Amino acid sequence: MTPDGRRVLIILPAWNEADGLSAVLGEIKQQLPYVETLVVDDGSADRTAEVAAAAGSAVARLPFNLGVGGAMRLGYRYAREHGYDVAVQVDADGQHDPAYVPALLAHLGEADLVIGARFDGEGEYRARGPRRWAMALLSVILSRLTHTRLTDTTSGFRACNRPLIEFFARWYPVEYLGDTVESLVGAARCGFAVRQVPVAMRARTTGRPSASTVKAMIYLVRAGLVLLLAVIRRMPGELKELAPGSPSYAAYLEEQLARRQLATEG
Amino acid sequence: MQLSTLTSITGIVVLAYILELLRRQQLREKYAAIWLCIGVVVAPLGFFPSLLDSTARSVGVASGVSLVLFAGFVLVLLVSLHLSWEASRLEAKTRTLAEDVALIRSRLAELPDGAEGGEAR
Ligand SMILES: Nc1nc2c(ncn2[C@@H]2O[C@H](COP(=O)(O)OP(=O)(O)O)[C@@H](O)[C@H]2O)c(=O)[nH]1
Ligand SMILES: [Mg+2]
Repeated sequence: MTPDGRRVLIILPAWNEADGLSAVLGEIKQQLPYVETLVVDDGSADRTAEVAAAAGSAVARLPFNLGVGGAMRLGYRYAREHGYDVAVQVDADGQHDPAYVPALLAHLGEADLVIGARFDGEGEYRARGPRRWAMALLSVILSRLTHTRLTDTTSGFRACNRPLIEFFARWYPVEYLGDTVESLVGAARCGFAVRQVPVAMRARTTGRPSASTVKAMIYLVRAGLVLLLAVIRRMPGELKELAPGSPSYAAYLEEQLARRQLATEG
Repeated sequence: MQLSTLTSITGIVVLAYILELLRRQQLREKYAAIWLCIGVVVAPLGFFPSLLDSTARSVGVASGVSLVLFAGFVLVLLVSLHLSWEASRLEAKTRTLAEDVALIRSRLAELPDGAEGGEAR
């Protein structure tokens, strides 16, 4: 539990990450003793699940590979069933520095979804070529949709509050770029507030990244298609019952207010 | 009624139906891409069936209409092949799921009585 009384779950989607996982989990435990972790082992062929369990993390093993989106949907359902107040998505490959998690949590007061974003002052990394154009296109369009400046829309480093956990547990796109772009568009279109926090990301500690520069051109085309679909798709009506402005969201706000008062008194 | 009226109406209806299914999130991206391409090709052909006449003659087919019939047949064949492939993959996954459920049940049965918590079978 955080000092102000919130229960936080870090969800790590992992696919064949046995090599670096124990270091990543160790770092989380050391820097953030108040959080709990869930590793979603997505049909790994290596010892990912064993390594995670040995490091003291909860583990959910999928029988076959569902992709990051499928794994995250399971993560959000787990967070809902276990009553967590905050869910944070962190890569299992060590690219995301847990030292930034408190900054993400701090901004959850003013937004429902907080993204740890590169290209915003912190860190050195710059993309090149078609991949960079795709990222720029996504940033411009998504910034307009969410009414806030977004510089790294494909970042998998994000935190969300309880209403959004409920939302993602019911609706989470599992297709290509669904876990990043489409989930963001869906949440924004239903009225959830999005913010970003500048972070630096590290190079992968082990293995190699799934995206190569050769695939960057295809990436550009597919990103465009995903964006088009995300914008024209109709959001299921019953999801609006969870969004800001609904009675259930108002009840959530009241509860948060009471919790904060309790935390300052105690 | 003219042939072009019939084909153009069909083209429009098919394209509209594809778009509506997409909007309702009932078509996944991988199918959406195929069907959008097909719709975009079919709709204009509906308006101008004679567009293909010259192409047809150059590949040795008497008229554009028979070329469309032939191409349509090949397309339907490919699509159904693709669906068979997908169905096979789904069947393999269902099998894995069923095995997993069986393993979990045997694990539950191994637990000492009372530790199960839920309904016993
Ligand atoms: N559950 C799941 N996780 C995956 C899959 N592919 C990659 N990941 C995880 O997603 C995170 C980011 O993957 P990575 O390949 O580094 O993507 P990048 O950081 O965008 O280049 C890592 O924690 C991976 O283990 C997958 O198919 N399923
Ligand atoms: Mg990575």
